[in-house]
Amino acid sequence: MIEFLGVPLPLFMGQLLIGLINGSFYAVLSLGLALIFGLLNIVNFAHGALYMVGAFVAYLLLQYIGVGYWPALILAPIIVAGFGMVIERFLLRPLHDLDHLYGLLLTFGLALVLEGSFRHFYGVSGLPYSIPDSLSGAQRLMLPSWITGGDPAFMMALPNYRAWVIVASLIICTATYILIERTKLGALMRAATENPDLVRAFGVNVPMLITLTYGLGVGLAAFAGVLAAPIYSVNPIMGSHIIIVVFAIVVIGGLGSIGGAIISGFMLGVIEGITKVFYPEASNVVIFVVMAIVLIVRPAGLFGKGA
Amino acid sequence: MGLKKVLLAGVAGLAMTMSAHAQYSNDGITLGVLTDMSGVYADVGGQGSVVAAQMAIEDFGGTFNGQPIKLLSADHQNKADIGANIARQWADTDGVDAIFDILNSAVGLAVQQVATEKNIVSMNSGAATTALTNEQCSPNGVHYVYDTYALATGTGGAMVKEGGKSWFFITADYAFGHALEADTSNAVKGAGGEVLGSVRAPLSNQDFSSFLLQAQASGADVIGLANAGGDTVNSIKQAQEFGIVAAGQKLAGLLIFLTDIHALGLETTAGLTITTGWYWDLNDDTRAFAKRYSEKMGGSMPTMVHAGVYSSIMNYLKAAEEAGTDDGKKVVEQLRKMEINDVFAQGGKIREDGLHFHDMYLAQIKSPSESKGPWDYYNIVTKIPAAEAYQALEDVRCPLLKK
Repeated sequence: MIEFLGVPLPLFMGQLLIGLINGSFYAVLSLGLALIFGLLNIVNFAHGALYMVGAFVAYLLLQYIGVGYWPALILAPIIVAGFGMVIERFLLRPLHDLDHLYGLLLTFGLALVLEGSFRHFYGVSGLPYSIPDSLSGAQRLMLPSWITGGDPAFMMALPNYRAWVIVASLIICTATYILIERTKLGALMRAATENPDLVRAFGVNVPMLITLTYGLGVGLAAFAGVLAAPIYSVNPIMGSHIIIVVFAIVVIGGLGSIGGAIISGFMLGVIEGITKVFYPEASNVVIFVVMAIVLIVRPAGLFGKGA
Repeated sequence: MGLKKVLLAGVAGLAMTMSAHAQYSNDGITLGVLTDMSGVYADVGGQGSVVAAQMAIEDFGGTFNGQPIKLLSADHQNKADIGANIARQWADTDGVDAIFDILNSAVGLAVQQVATEKNIVSMNSGAATTALTNEQCSPNGVHYVYDTYALATGTGGAMVKEGGKSWFFITADYAFGHALEADTSNAVKGAGGEVLGSVRAPLSNQDFSSFLLQAQASGADVIGLANAGGDTVNSIKQAQEFGIVAAGQKLAGLLIFLTDIHALGLETTAGLTITTGWYWDLNDDTRAFAKRYSEKMGGSMPTMVHAGVYSSIMNYLKAAEEAGTDDGKKVVEQLRKMEINDVFAQGGKIREDGLHFHDMYLAQIKSPSESKGPWDYYNIVTKIPAAEAYQALEDVRCPLLKK
């Protein structure tokens, strides 16, 4: 069998693909986080908890009103985004003129409250959520003969659902990027953060714009949560595991850089995947090692604007 | 409370201690359930253990030496230092005579040490490490429900017999996982199987697909999951997703609880072979116990840890009464003389190394069509006699045994 750096090539390629899948989650989550930080200057520590709430809302929709995966993929983010907007309006807005630290503490507390409440009612073992029937099953991926140099070799079974996760993440990331960078609404959002007084002078409802932006970021977190529900068990602590990693990714990409968050999300998923092949023990610290190196070399992050 | 009342209460209390000629410190018995109330093992023990403890106290009659039995509980947050501090405080200021459940190997070892220092009893239902009865054994410690050796030999031996000759392990990268992997490797080799390799996955990892792919690439007959709780749940779920079981490899869950199966659902777990110390649907007694428990716990059924907490408290109280003292070493000595016959175990014995030597069960998870409803999950395949399940006394590396 053909080897790459001592690892069988099919295994290596398989890990790359898995890294890309995990990277999809990182990308969607860090995109929301970067959006909220970049436009609102809020360090949203509740992001992981809201991701968890997204997964739970999908579970509850199925359990109590029989709403399946596909409608939940749209409904759950909308519901959670609405919840997010309530949080922004009543909890975060009063802190708007204070130091970021206040927002950070508030959202951190909020994350603890959300996790604690779900843990109280649903325990910690997690709840089952099945992969939708239309996406069950897997494709047998083969390495073509021009890579192996001989017969095609079996690489991995790619679950259809995981392939869908990559596609869905790419779509949602692209759509959000276009919304922020290429539309009038996006321009207004960006302008409102640069110079709120001027934007207000044009007759734009700036506080509303801020609430909407927070809702959008939160909706992205919930969307990732629904995507994650069938892969991981729906668990009150699922958000606290991922949030630290996502923060590191946002720092690596450059705080507040939308494109940076997306690209570094995918990239670090891949780096993590490769680490799992060569030295699995280090796989959950490698992202922080990369963060440390990036901070030393480029303190503003890979795609950040100036230090 | 006014100053007068406080003084009065103080005098009254003093008079009582002077008049009682207590064999028991503070006259009565105080029990402590030290468990994980909020972390990854909270469903395995947690609030359910407190409920099981209350049931045991109720069934014992509620009083001991004419005094109500007191019950304390605390959350050790899976941290050995926090667990040891609580145990120390309980022994020093709250008059706790025995500590139950404990749940986590690191905390279990720390608490057993404190119990030895303070001469109280530590009865462990949830921790798995064999160190509790080997190198770090104690005259004050009892290891009640299972240990890594029993889990490994039960599942490992059985699966090799069924034709699972070659193994690959996905191991939680800390002491518990390493011990479980080592014990299972020995059991597999002992039964004529071979170990092809292992991968060490960081604890509380969400994504196991990379490790599963490595296990798949190894071509082993059996993928041994030397992890627990949420890690096992995610490994099994993702193995199914990647079609690993469908492609012919078997999964062996080495430490799986009823609550894990409940979380995963039977579609994902059907056919999995596991070793368990107890199951709620074994006989009429266990079913009656489970029914009472579930009425208090909003419908969920007890795990083997919950049943172990109930039984260990019941037997502790019997032993303390029989021995006429709450001196930790003497109560454990008394326990060793007794045979344990109750809802948890039949013909169980506490050995000199502190191990509760009792039969284990090999179970296979039912398919959704076999299951008659929620919590009907296990087919008991066979009873594993204690002598086969546990390490033989002559192999135990417990310093207490060398006299």
